[in-house]
Amino acid sequence: MEKEPAPISKKVEEFLQVFKKGEEFTQELLKENEKLRYRVAQLEEVTKFSDREGTYKVHSMEERIKFLEDENRSLIERYRVVEEENKDFANRYIEVESENNNLANLYVASYQLHSTLDFNESLKIILEIVMNLIGAEEFSIMMLDEKTNELTIVAQEGMGPEARASVKLGEGTIGNAARSGESFYREGDPTDLVGVDYLHPLVVIPLKIKDHVIGVIVIYKLLVQKQEFSNVDYELFSMLAGHAATALFSSKLYSQSERKLTTIQSFLDLLKEK
Amino acid sequence: MPEHNFLVVEDSPTMRQLISFALKRIPGSKIVEANDGIDALKKLSTQKFDIILTDINMPIMDGLKLVSMVRNDPAHKTIPIIIITTEGAEEDRKRGLALGANAYIPKPIQTADLLTVVNGILGNK
Repeated sequence: MEKEPAPISKKVEEFLQVFKKGEEFTQELLKENEKLRYRVAQLEEVTKFSDREGTYKVHSMEERIKFLEDENRSLIERYRVVEEENKDFANRYIEVESENNNLANLYVASYQLHSTLDFNESLKIILEIVMNLIGAEEFSIMMLDEKTNELTIVAQEGMGPEARASVKLGEGTIGNAARSGESFYREGDPTDLVGVDYLHPLVVIPLKIKDHVIGVIVIYKLLVQKQEFSNVDYELFSMLAGHAATALFSSKLYSQSERKLTTIQSFLDLLKEK
Repeated sequence: MPEHNFLVVEDSPTMRQLISFALKRIPGSKIVEANDGIDALKKLSTQKFDIILTDINMPIMDGLKLVSMVRNDPAHKTIPIIIITTEGAEEDRKRGLALGANAYIPKPIQTADLLTVVNGILGNK
């Protein structure tokens, strides 16, 4: 039996349903499209912001690097200046140490020179200073006899028997230094000696009270380890010229006055007995 | 502050004062002075010392004899000894060190050199 065709109304209804579904699908697609557009717009906004922020950050970092580089240069410069200052301080320290050493030598020498009123002890102290502080091996102390105008050795160290015991004022290097009152320093290397020459000493220091010469210190030879005179040696010579002279002069006067006192006392005792 | 006891053996009062002056710059230093070797031995028998500083040319007992006696004395043989002398020849230095001295300083002394030697010995103790 042949199947009967569907009525037209049914076909219309089916078409309408398909159309309705198509409409609904289209609506959904439009909505989805709207959502995607919104999302794309959002992402575009974020990207724009990120670019701006990235550029800002790079700029900021560049500025920081430049600042740090400047700071680094400044620190290197400061370090250099501090290093220079440090070197300067180290040099100053050495100078101060040396000055301190010199002052200690001068203080001890002058302290010892004025620590006694005994003539022989004064002589011994001068010998010690010249030997231990200056570094002389052969030297003498000569005193001037104003009656005979003769310089005579009163103390010596290390000198041989060929050395002259006395010298006339104005005679040779020693006599001339005593007459002029000017210190004599032989030119050239003080260690440049084959043998000791007692006619040509290395140094002659007149011992003076104001301008009045009372004697001389004469150095002929330095210790083997003493290569040259240093600044403190010249300071010591200058100090000895004045202080050794007053020490010797005052101790001599004191000894004389002591002797006179003893003599007077003996007279007084004798008178009392009578 | 650690205490450092020094025995300065010198017949010259000038040198004794100068050496003591230098040693006083070491914090905690205490200095005893002796005129010669015999005087030094007497002081060694009553006190303990960290370093002995001695001259060579002295009356009664010289510095070399003192070094030799200290080194042969079991009670004191380890005390460091510094010789300070006008005898500056190399053979003198060798003789002093051979007898047992720890250091040999020729006169005239430089304070800085003396302190370097003394501090070096104190640092090694």
